[in-house]
Amino acid sequence: MTDQGHPPGQPEHAHPGAKEYLAIAVVLTVITAVEVAIFYIPQMHPVLVPSLLTLSALKFTMVAMFYMHLKFDHRLFSWLFVTPMALAAFVILALMKLFGVF
Amino acid sequence: MAVADIAAHAAPHDEHPTSTGLNSRKLVFWAFLGSECMFFGSLIATYLVYRGRDQVGPHPHDIFAIPFTSFSAFVLLMSSLTMVLALAAIQRGNQRSGAIWLAATALLGMTFVGGQCYEFTEFFYKGLTLQTNLFGCTFFVLTGFHGTHVTVGVIWLWTLFTLAVRGKLPKEKSLDVEIAGLYWHFVDVVWIAIFTLVYLIQ
Repeated sequence: MTDQGHPPGQPEHAHPGAKEYLAIAVVLTVITAVEVAIFYIPQMHPVLVPSLLTLSALKFTMVAMFYMHLKFDHRLFSWLFVTPMALAAFVILALMKLFGVF
Repeated sequence: MAVADIAAHAAPHDEHPTSTGLNSRKLVFWAFLGSECMFFGSLIATYLVYRGRDQVGPHPHDIFAIPFTSFSAFVLLMSSLTMVLALAAIQRGNQRSGAIWLAATALLGMTFVGGQCYEFTEFFYKGLTLQTNLFGCTFFVLTGFHGTHVTVGVIWLWTLFTLAVRGKLPKEKSLDVEIAGLYWHFVDVVWIAIFTLVYLIQ
């Protein structure tokens, strides 16, 4: 790959190595296990929705930042991804409100 | 400067300078992934809006097998790990290692799709089809489109694997793997959202 993926004058940020990728995979696996555990523990049901949404958002962010390299690449890539995602989230919430889900 | 001289200077670089200073293919692909966010957002919105409004069963809690789906989610997460390892290998110029990790990613993807086929068949025999109720319609459309995306990704990965095995994926072409990786990780993050919103929050 050429250095065109980075703004002129800025050094290329090194991507993580195999150890870092493996550590991230372990964290993602642990979060998934916690999600499933929360689902099965009746005492957690009052906080089921906020807990699962938080953990899911955490997993989503970790994959996007480290595996998709958004943390290390030019910010324009992040904007191209996050802006439509925020719009999609807004549409989901607006439709749910409109249809009386909450 | 003669045309031949320009060609000689341009030869080592297969990318052209751009006004943004960013790689155009990568920029366009991120824009495509942004449009995919909107696409899956609309499908998720439809599922959530119609959830719990069925007059007839089966309902989600009647048919979902959370341990099985959790395993599928784990398989797809691990495929993201093998994908970044494939990219790292190709960026180092190690095509053999890259081919192995690409094959591992494709096999994990095939495992996920196989699991989804099994799950869909189970649901069919339990009485859930596209026409059964709102849950069946919105569930199959959402997860079916996701499964189709995974299948496209698997075909893409096997294509890259073939190129790597033939020695046609040197580190100068690592952007090809990087873009495939972006697609694969996107499919993974969509499943992270579906697993929580559809399966765990019933």
